[in-house]
Amino acid sequence: MKDGPTAGSARPVLEMRGITKRFPTGTLANDGIDLDVRRGEIHALLGENGAGKTTLMNILYGLLVPDAGEIRIDGAVATIHDPADAIARGIGMVHQHFMLVPVLTVAENVILGQEITRAAQILDLAEAGRRIRALGARLGFDIDPGARVSGLSVGQQQRVEIAKAVYRDVRILVLDEPTAVLTPQETREIFGVLRALRQDGASIVFISHKLDEVLEIADRITVIRRGRVVGSRRPGETSEQELADLMVGRSVSLRVDRGTSHAGAPALEIVGLRANDDRRHETVRGVDVTVRAGEIVGIAGVAGNGQDELIECLVGLRRPTAGAVRLAGRDVTRASVDRRRDVGFAFVPADRHRYGLVLPYTVRDNLVLTRYAERPYVGGLGTFIRQDAAIDEAARRLIAEFDIRTPSERDPVSTLSGGNQQKVIVAREFRQDLKVMVLDQPTRGLDVGSIEFIHRQVIARRDAGVGVLLVSAELDEVLELSDRVLVMHRGRIVGEFAASEAQRDRIGLLMAKGAAA
Amino acid sequence: MTRLRAAWRVASIPVYSILLALLVAAVVIIVSSTFTATGFDPLLPLAAYLRLLIGAFGSPSGISNTLVAAAPLMFGGLAVGLGLKAGLFNIGVAGQFLVGAFASAVVGASLAGAPMLVGMPLAVLAGALAGAAYGFIPGFLKARTGAHEVVTTIMLNNAATLLLTWAVNDLVRAPGFTFPRTAAVGESALPVLIGRNLHLGVVLAVVAIFVVRWVLDRTTLGFEIRTVGLNPEAARYAGMRPVFITALTMTLSGLLAGLAGSIQMLGVIGFYAPGITASVGFDSIAVALLGRSDPIGILFAALLFGAFRAGAPLMQIETSVPIEVIDIIQALVILFLAADLIVRRLFRVRAAKPEIAELQTVTKTWGGTTPSTTPGGGD
Repeated sequence: MKDGPTAGSARPVLEMRGITKRFPTGTLANDGIDLDVRRGEIHALLGENGAGKTTLMNILYGLLVPDAGEIRIDGAVATIHDPADAIARGIGMVHQHFMLVPVLTVAENVILGQEITRAAQILDLAEAGRRIRALGARLGFDIDPGARVSGLSVGQQQRVEIAKAVYRDVRILVLDEPTAVLTPQETREIFGVLRALRQDGASIVFISHKLDEVLEIADRITVIRRGRVVGSRRPGETSEQELADLMVGRSVSLRVDRGTSHAGAPALEIVGLRANDDRRHETVRGVDVTVRAGEIVGIAGVAGNGQDELIECLVGLRRPTAGAVRLAGRDVTRASVDRRRDVGFAFVPADRHRYGLVLPYTVRDNLVLTRYAERPYVGGLGTFIRQDAAIDEAARRLIAEFDIRTPSERDPVSTLSGGNQQKVIVAREFRQDLKVMVLDQPTRGLDVGSIEFIHRQVIARRDAGVGVLLVSAELDEVLELSDRVLVMHRGRIVGEFAASEAQRDRIGLLMAKGAAA
Repeated sequence: MTRLRAAWRVASIPVYSILLALLVAAVVIIVSSTFTATGFDPLLPLAAYLRLLIGAFGSPSGISNTLVAAAPLMFGGLAVGLGLKAGLFNIGVAGQFLVGAFASAVVGASLAGAPMLVGMPLAVLAGALAGAAYGFIPGFLKARTGAHEVVTTIMLNNAATLLLTWAVNDLVRAPGFTFPRTAAVGESALPVLIGRNLHLGVVLAVVAIFVVRWVLDRTTLGFEIRTVGLNPEAARYAGMRPVFITALTMTLSGLLAGLAGSIQMLGVIGFYAPGITASVGFDSIAVALLGRSDPIGILFAALLFGAFRAGAPLMQIETSVPIEVIDIIQALVILFLAADLIVRRLFRVRAAKPEIAELQTVTKTWGGTTPSTTPGGGD
């Protein structure tokens, strides 16, 4: 145990017994799950995407009704019909996607639904502000009640969400993948807050699929696979490897063996590149990067340091204000997205729902989304008519080759799990005649099994002579995959490292400060 | 069987909406009956709806009237529906309809004496092109400047009405009439195929349904339009040009709306006069929404609205329920479509889709947040 009291009393605050939930589609999301959470305990719920963690917590929060099973709070059976019931029983939930009103202030968001009023229904924001400040002090974070939520960083917004729950005297706080959107520093800070909450006697259910975090923060870990509890561990008694194997149901390798790279001729050359963001602020301020064929170059950096604009310049969605981009020796600075693809360029976007997929489309249409106008997918009248047979055939081949789990190629891609959705993009982009790949956080939000698969694919492509540029805010991933690591800070490359764990701290510092202290 | 079930899943909400609308309109009819000479009559709605049905389908001429009334709604519904597929809300069908009707009237009249096989196709083509040009304006403005199509098309509707009134008065007024109008289209009229009024335009409209369906489902252009409509960001990443597709779709939408005006002009009206009704423009929005932007759905929705129009006169004559009740029913249909939660609760519908995507487009475009189509997008 790392610190703090491990559960004051042994009697569970929350017991869930035999929770079973089958969705109308036939999926058995929860299959007789038992879970108990004690007072003053951080209880991690670990499992792959689609294992049923979120379903279970949605049942607890009254968003779903279970088909069978019962929930006991303080030993008494509780029926929870809706979130209002859950809140009344002291259950709070911080969703993966925050439920804040951006135009309101922190105080207004926190008290929303529980407004303090003086006489005549006038909001007493001053009093609310005082309470929120006191709450922040107790939990060890700075919080400005008057700040507008839209101006806060993701990490700050999450603290507002937690403050919102604590403000309502929450006794059981559920956090759904709270660190998925945070930087390492922010993660550390939120862990401090959670520990403070535990000290106060609150019970915390922490949903995650990140092994290191779970081991660091949790007092107990319950592992769920395919709707069933497959094990329960204490951090001191287990390892990342064991947890990963439990989660996936087979032995997985957590670290892919990168092997050695054999860098060849320059595949992607970025020369003196400058670009503005949508508000015409210069966010890329003179970037020079060369990626050679057969090597993986990682760009580490805290989100918002110009990576997005840099990537858009590479993909062809943004015009740089100065500088040049060359693909396999050819200047493509002003070339269209299409032309770059023709030269042998592939791109895996960070936000797959926004950029990578058309969710209502079928798997097959998504598998040809970036090649929809190429033969053999089109024919007749030039390139006007889509060739369904050819598309079907290619889709079935890619589904088999990349082991995409889908009932058929004609199901909507939105019905697939996150990992399988990402596989659809990877299958589409990792084509045979590639020269350069740009990967923007290619495994964000994916589970161990999918990460392993995608990392292997990336390395296989590198070994086949593709130049890979990996951009990620997750230092772990950059360090694990890259042959060389560059650090980007405020629109510039501020450091270059041969990838090895030894450099981790220096890289982290450069990411945060831009210059070695 | 599964296809039937899939179709029902899409159609259930519209069908229930129609039933609810008829039900609520029945209440209106009963209540209003107390204020008329006939007095309170709880069975009046049944009588009225029966006459509506007989008027629309009870005789060959009724069926013919229904089809003729439905044809421009098919074109107009396709115009709106195609726009919605690309995430655009074209409420300028009324204006594009008038421009198309006017162009067909003028070209038709100037070729009134030419052989039908020359004049008629040219007159139809003129209407289509005029509508396309008038649809291109908001499309271009949106692509270039981000000007919202809802705003621009509303204004262009007014511009069309006024400009055409001026044009008929001062440019192409036919001599010998007491009121401003164009000369008759004569031989350029769409030939009547069956009975008194079933003209070639009806066939063109049905053909258009299947052509648009084919383009949307089977061609790269249709794929681009749908992709831009569903996810413009992903479309850009896929190498499509949402800005271009936006302008093109508005143009094609205008073309279809222009054809609606054209066949109405050449098949029914025969000459252009200020004040010819452009109600097709707004009914088309209802048709597209009721048909869920799907060409086949639009076909049925247009037939339904056509039947209302064709059957209403008999209803009014025999039961004194005014024709305006049709407008109430149509409005209620849209109301229940929009408030589909009511329909779901009442009929316990468990449709797969949580909401009607087309209405999302309507409300979203009204709010004005379509990031991809702002200027500077694409290249």
